[in-house]
Amino acid sequence: MSNKNLTRRGVIKTGAVAGAGLVLPTYLRAQDSGFTNAPTGDTVTLGFNVPQSGPYADEGADELRAFELAVEHLNGGGDGGMLQTFSSKALDGTGILGKKVEFVTGDTQTKSDAARASARSMIEKDGAVMVSGGSSSGVAVAVQALCQEAGIIFMAGLTHSNDTTGKDKKANGFRHFFNSYMSGAALAPILVDQYGADRKAYHLTADYNWGYTTEEAMASSTEALGWETVNSVKTPLTQTDFSSYIAPVLNSGADVLVLNHYGGNMVNSLTNAVQFGLREAEANGKKFEIVVPLYSELMARGAGQNIAGILGSQNWDWKLENQLGDRYSGTNAFVQSFGEKYGFPPSQAAHTCYVQTLLYADAVTRAGSFQPCAVVEALEGFEFDGLGNGPTTYRAEDHQCFKDVVVVRGKENPENEFDLVEIVEVTPTEQVTYAPDHPQFAGGALGSCNNGA
Amino acid sequence: MDQIIVQILNGLDKGSAYALIALGLTLIFGTLGVVNFAHGALFMLGAFCAVVFSRLLSLSHEVVDETRTDFLGNPMTVDVPYMHDIFGPEVGASIIDWAVPLSILFSIPVMIAIGFAMERGLIKHFYKRPHADQILVTFGLAIVLQEIIKAFFGANPIQTPAPTAFTGSFDFGAWLGFDPLTIMYPYWRLVYFFFAVVVIGGVFAFLQFTTFGMVVRAGMADRETVGLLGINIDKRFTIMFAVAACVAGLAGVMYAPIVAPNYHMGMDFLVLSFVVVVVGGMGSLTGAVFAGFLLGILESFASMPAIVDLLPGINQIVIYLVAIIILLTRPRGLMGRKGVMEE
Repeated sequence: MSNKNLTRRGVIKTGAVAGAGLVLPTYLRAQDSGFTNAPTGDTVTLGFNVPQSGPYADEGADELRAFELAVEHLNGGGDGGMLQTFSSKALDGTGILGKKVEFVTGDTQTKSDAARASARSMIEKDGAVMVSGGSSSGVAVAVQALCQEAGIIFMAGLTHSNDTTGKDKKANGFRHFFNSYMSGAALAPILVDQYGADRKAYHLTADYNWGYTTEEAMASSTEALGWETVNSVKTPLTQTDFSSYIAPVLNSGADVLVLNHYGGNMVNSLTNAVQFGLREAEANGKKFEIVVPLYSELMARGAGQNIAGILGSQNWDWKLENQLGDRYSGTNAFVQSFGEKYGFPPSQAAHTCYVQTLLYADAVTRAGSFQPCAVVEALEGFEFDGLGNGPTTYRAEDHQCFKDVVVVRGKENPENEFDLVEIVEVTPTEQVTYAPDHPQFAGGALGSCNNGA
Repeated sequence: MDQIIVQILNGLDKGSAYALIALGLTLIFGTLGVVNFAHGALFMLGAFCAVVFSRLLSLSHEVVDETRTDFLGNPMTVDVPYMHDIFGPEVGASIIDWAVPLSILFSIPVMIAIGFAMERGLIKHFYKRPHADQILVTFGLAIVLQEIIKAFFGANPIQTPAPTAFTGSFDFGAWLGFDPLTIMYPYWRLVYFFFAVVVIGGVFAFLQFTTFGMVVRAGMADRETVGLLGINIDKRFTIMFAVAACVAGLAGVMYAPIVAPNYHMGMDFLVLSFVVVVVGGMGSLTGAVFAGFLLGILESFASMPAIVDLLPGINQIVIYLVAIIILLTRPRGLMGRKGVMEE
């Protein structure tokens, strides 16, 4: 820079602009009560970060429906849904702490960087005080870390990897959805019961974080009950035709194929397995079986008749209360509200997002503050019921919900496209509970909560 | 030995799809000189022709069944397909069952119309523009097409099953004298392979044995001279674009039962098909077909557990690795002609 550009007027102007720039954030923060995005008017903004494009866009759309319904109920609209059945009676349909609930949405695109960018935008531009949603563990871990840094509460949506509340857990993050370990612990005894203890399993695993933790959980749970893991093969996430991975399975000595796949991967690998005759095949003198550890209604719809007879696990199912009674109260209330509004039953992704929104609102109300650390304190160790899963606890040590796990099987003759799975059994909480320092969750620490600002 | 046969068979159906798409790409490049990045989208549109036709055949009217209740406890409404009303339940069900093969009849005019509209509406304006412009506009078109499909059909794969008669697997092991159940191969994939052979043969015969084909081949070799002879070569090239779109579409229709159609499937095939074209040799139709099968089989072999254990990740890079080796040793590809893409 040459000296002749440096005028007194110029220096004053630049100084004023720079000064204003430095002061502005401080001014914005000065009007709050010591935490990021403290609501000041008569409204509070929640940020719903869901996949609106990309491979899980349909799940994202269902999550968004549930969020809208939750906001409607929190503001006193509709029939109140699960507010009627929730064991905590803090919420009264007048918003949260008397503030009307508003929301903004973001598109995660099921990409960690895009999800972080949209979450950041909702926090910085829209003033979201809580972020929720998502349909991928990679996204959940990334957004959770961002919320921790920003001093925002993150109520995870559909994320099943052990790491979300394992090595990547954060004090500001909470997960209602179940995890890979719980799927393994719930499924293994039923698999042994149905298919016998002398079984040899072949794993096909999606080559990313969620695939690894699910394979580890399934292998260790089934091996503990006598099964042998013959081989495990990683498949690229972008794979659409799994025939070259499926074809060698029959000659591998295995008699069970475990598909640690989700979404489009699951639909395609399962379809290929059925096409290659694995369902009719016999190996080691037994009928060949296929297992899908994490079921999703939306994916089941994609797989069509191929899921018939195949066992898997779910966080929740819309038929729970009808089939297993009052223990799962809240289910029917939610299905009724959702069904009346949208014309079809909700998916488990929708359920977990609806419940997370209510749990956050309830925690704020009980804490009497939107301050993240107060909300964390209200949620840690919180025991509740009436939200569709039976008695549930938000464990303080890792911010993971502990509740029953639903084991399901693809229906042989579904009556319609929403009734594709039947509930085989519900595995009680005690059977899927693990120590906070369990090896599958080792590493990482919650740290301390962050109020931001 | 049985594993090798299994992987060769697996490579054949994937190779068939690569060959069909690459054939269309080469046809368009050879005739119009356009690098068409929307060609994968045409494959995807073909698959969705099967979805649309299946849905058309399954169009239903609602009948209230008072004896059953839905998830909200209301009397259940049951969908009864019009096909059942028109042809009776048995024949109607059979027609719906055979939706995918029947879609071929539906998709041929649709894909020709799409190809025609694409060439006349957009691509013809880019003939004299640099290849980079053509790539950008066709790539943009591919994104627009897949987003339109997503808006209508959602992001999840849509199961489009083959007729029940073809759902099982053929026991190649027993047929070849190995142990039974060692080499299983789905019937529909066999059908796909033979279908691809017929379509490829048809295109070659069309180009080789018809006057139209002869003019097109002459135009590919020397467009100017053919024009000077008073032949409207542009019109013929437009028709060839529509034919190429139709080939990609048919490849997609028949592929629908193998991999459930989703809006992104075109992109999955596009890049690999370009590699196939380059390996086969720009402008060489036989090269494209040969390279399609070759790379399909190679990809299949590289996915064998024994090979992946030895060289982790090889299954994801093998095609590109082979492409690099071939281009280093034969810069024009396996059967590339001198002068194509070299000026």
